Amino acid sequence: MSSASAAPAPERAVSLVYRLYSYAALLLVGGIVFFPLLAASMGGFKSLGELRTNPFGLPQAWEWQNYWQILSGSDYWRMLANSLAIGLITVFTTLVLGSMTAFALAHARFFGRDMLLNYFLLGLMFPAATAIIPLFLRIRDLGLLDSYFGVALPQVAFGLPMSILLFRKFFRDIPKEIYEAATMDGAGYARAFFVITLPLSRPILATVAIISFVGSWNSYLLPLIMFNDGSKFPWPLGIMNFVSDHSADWQKILAFLTLTILPTVIAFAIAQKHIVSGLTAGAVKG
Amino acid sequence: MSEFAPSTPAPASSLRRLPKSPSLGATGFLVVFLAPSLVLFTTLVILPMIQAGWYSFFDWNGYGVPENFVGLRNFQQLFGSSVFLTALRNNGLIIAVSVVLQIPLALWLATLVSRRFAGAVFFRAVFFLPFVLADVAAGIIWSFIYDGNYGLVASLGHALGFDPPFLLADKQWAIYAVLVVIVWKYFGFHMMLFIAGLQGISPDYHEAAEIDGASRRQRFLHITLPLLKPTIALSVFFSVLGALQTFDVIMPLTQGGPANSTQSMVSFLYLFGISRMKIGFGSAVGVVLFLMCATFAFAYKKMVLKDE
Repeated sequence: MSSASAAPAPERAVSLVYRLYSYAALLLVGGIVFFPLLAASMGGFKSLGELRTNPFGLPQAWEWQNYWQILSGSDYWRMLANSLAIGLITVFTTLVLGSMTAFALAHARFFGRDMLLNYFLLGLMFPAATAIIPLFLRIRDLGLLDSYFGVALPQVAFGLPMSILLFRKFFRDIPKEIYEAATMDGAGYARAFFVITLPLSRPILATVAIISFVGSWNSYLLPLIMFNDGSKFPWPLGIMNFVSDHSADWQKILAFLTLTILPTVIAFAIAQKHIVSGLTAGAVKG
Repeated sequence: MSEFAPSTPAPASSLRRLPKSPSLGATGFLVVFLAPSLVLFTTLVILPMIQAGWYSFFDWNGYGVPENFVGLRNFQQLFGSSVFLTALRNNGLIIAVSVVLQIPLALWLATLVSRRFAGAVFFRAVFFLPFVLADVAAGIIWSFIYDGNYGLVASLGHALGFDPPFLLADKQWAIYAVLVVIVWKYFGFHMMLFIAGLQGISPDYHEAAEIDGASRRQRFLHITLPLLKPTIALSVFFSVLGALQTFDVIMPLTQGGPANSTQSMVSFLYLFGISRMKIGFGSAVGVVLFLMCATFAFAYKKMVLKDE
């Protein structure tokens, strides 16, 4: 396909009619998809009265105070900090445990290895919701309710199967010859892992980190059950609280909402390629 | 290869932080590398699942130990509950919409944006953005859109001169309003799967067919679709498992209401099991959900995904 780089064949074949049709379709669907997000962020700049008469247009008078009130208070920042802390604990623990386990399952030879792998993969068959009640009782009995770990550890445990699967596949694809320098006895395994495997594994570490961070950042059911203390709430719980406290004040709710999704939108704009490939990797490679 | 040899200075320095070699034999290595995951996974995933099965035979409030054995009564109550049956039907409806509407929509859009053209990356990003946002945020945005006083429906009503309905408060329409949000939120994920699938199809096939005079439609039906079968199978798999777990998006929109018309299995589990500390009854819901997920995943993998 030497001609492909000069003038890609499929491009040439696209007729003007098809091109017009496809742009029109994309603009229409793109508009429908983007419209709610735009309406929400614009709504945060309006007064309640204007929201009633002009819910979707640009604001006639930009009310910065809706946003300013939230940014100058402490609730918003505390929620984000809580979510960040839970997310970082989840990511760090998942990376450490997932990569070590997957390495042993990929390279060490020992009795029951395949059984152990299948045991972990059982976790892919059912969602956390199915075991949520005993999980709540366990976390309560461990004294971890209202703590970051009470949410982070179950997230790690339920994320382990997928991350072990992804790590193991990556580790197995590293050419065997690279390991030949290190002798593969017990100590050699550990050394090979830290000196050879980990430095080569940045792409898969990034993929697993993205999957577990996004999952943790957006997670709602687990924190809903594990947290009672409002000062510990991650942002999905915090915003649900905010909504019920300000039931009719849509301008405040929309401003708050816009600010809480802003970190996600910014991160997505900056690292779009990595986030897309990370979030679809579990599906495609798993 | 020499750059990976342990004798080079940089890796050697990182070695010193490791346990000394003689103390970590083969057994030690396995214990250190496997035990933490094994303990965590067993205590927080496998044991709770088994306990859910055990608790589902008891009437229990979660304190002390379960003593009041009730046999299958929780399951009888469950399947005798009209709310749970509504929840089951709603989960079925979400599966149907995901497979029949969402996947074709995602595939159609994927065929439009998988080509390279000005704006392709931009449109992909816009379509994927809802998937990156939290369900809770999506639910709140759409409850504004649906609001009969302020939202889109209100504007349409004022413009066309009818009294704007409150869709989310309408027993008959609320579930459809929820379905729209689910499609809006998740089609981008499936579109990305299809883009990856489409890009895996060699352009040679299309070129050859074009030379033979095949129309765009014929090429789609006889080349693209058959070659995408594995991707479609995968997409259906994730749709069904995702649909069975629906919860987050329902809470900000309707909390299962009005009159329990928008409950899903998980929202039922939360509102009727956890919130009321009916551990046995809630566990029974978990068991039913588990059996559905596990049966589906197992059967589907055996029957449909067996080629991969």
